[in-house]
Amino acid sequence: MAQYNLSTPLSKDDLAKLTSGDVVFLTGTIYTARDAAHKRIIEALDKGEQPPFDLDGAIIYYVGPSPAPPGRPIGSAGPTTSCRMDTYTPRLHSLGLAATIGKGKRDAGVKAALQEHTGVYFGATGGAGALLSQCIKAAEIVAFEELGPEAVRALTVQDFPLLVINDSHGEELYAVPNLAAAGCACADGG
Amino acid sequence: MRNIQAQDVIDAVAKMCMDANRYLPEDVLSAFKAAQENEDSPVAKEIFRQLLENSDLAQESGLPLCQDTGLAVLFVELGEDCRVEGGSLRDVLTQGVRKGYEEGFLRKSACDPLTRANTGDNTPAVIHIDVVPGDRLKICMMAKGGGSENMSRVTMLAPAQGWEGIKKFVVNRVAEAGPNPCPPIILGIGVGGTFDYAPILAKKALMRKLDDTHPDPQIAAMEKELLDEVNALGIGPMGLGGKTTCLGLKIAMGPCHLASLPLAVNVQCHSARHKEVVL
Ligand code: SF4
Repeated sequence: MAQYNLSTPLSKDDLAKLTSGDVVFLTGTIYTARDAAHKRIIEALDKGEQPPFDLDGAIIYYVGPSPAPPGRPIGSAGPTTSCRMDTYTPRLHSLGLAATIGKGKRDAGVKAALQEHTGVYFGATGGAGALLSQCIKAAEIVAFEELGPEAVRALTVQDFPLLVINDSHGEELYAVPNLAAAGCACADGG
Repeated sequence: MRNIQAQDVIDAVAKMCMDANRYLPEDVLSAFKAAQENEDSPVAKEIFRQLLENSDLAQESGLPLCQDTGLAVLFVELGEDCRVEGGSLRDVLTQGVRKGYEEGFLRKSACDPLTRANTGDNTPAVIHIDVVPGDRLKICMMAKGGGSENMSRVTMLAPAQGWEGIKKFVVNRVAEAGPNPCPPIILGIGVGGTFDYAPILAKKALMRKLDDTHPDPQIAAMEKELLDEVNALGIGPMGLGGKTTCLGLKIAMGPCHLASLPLAVNVQCHSARHKEVVL
């Protein structure tokens, strides 16, 4: 497992060399979008309109920050659960999206898109919103201001700490639950 | 009849909302430290280091611990021999939540289930009121995040499934949830009651301290047994593998219909934010 300091936009070479378990400190611009913003972006694409930011080489951070208190660019800003965006993500990768940042599992469609388009899914530490906020130096709303915490923001980040969860080679970092050790090998319920 | 001023209730609730979102309970912080020691994996240790640093930063900077500052859930016990003067109880509690989320720069997450239109002030809160003997007003506030709440489930087991069926359901639920609810998690397990009451038992169980012991030795033993099974899954902090999948598991039981075995699994993330006040 390697450690990298990378700057945006990420090149295909940057993305291809990353493998699951690598630690990345990211510097540059990333864009926030979660459920409602994704819906709007996809609707815009369906109508043949331009997305609110250039998708080519872009990184989307799944976050709905808390309000910025006086003197700070942003409030608490940790990741939200990524799987809610799974239906939208493959299409965005096909249009050049380099990577997404969130927490939790992705579906088979996203993992296939990462391999096909050389993308990466990064994890940030869920619930560490005050800590991650320290790496965000500026925040500017670029679209859908009416969505409040769900608006699309351009964030300027410095040494934002990330972990490669799913890489472009089909590998994943998350632990596979050991049902046998837990004494419950039959997977019903849940 | 003892009078409690409406403004005192509003201010107390507002303060609870703000404090809960900045200061983790001592028992939760102690559990982080113990787990950090106990983990073998450097990645798991690092996650606990980050969570402890996050807690320090929230205290120093005033930023909330997590950007998802939750829906406010209030469990209220109103003594029969006291009343709130200057406003109706539910209204006054709601005003307190509104004030706390606004003045505390907390995120407003309450929205319409279908249009998704945000209500703008994080109300309505989810409020449960019980009338109890005495002349005090006790309010327990929990800031409940969506990520872990989404991983919670209710089921109606057949009575024949019993304790084994309960364990199987809980373990499978945690396995299925994996990294999504920000492990290490805390589990509130409601057993019995009705379809609507089991989850209330489960949520109330989450208000207990992590280091307490259930007064009924049999239930205390069950809690330990199920906690060990959940931790054997090896999901670990953030789902990255490790010994600590669950920091604590609390069971609340109530009688149920002879045809039923209701079971609720309320998943709480590591950001276990709750406060209690007695007026
Ligand atoms: S699950 Fe908890 S810690 Fe994770 S993002 Fe939601 S509220 Fe925050």
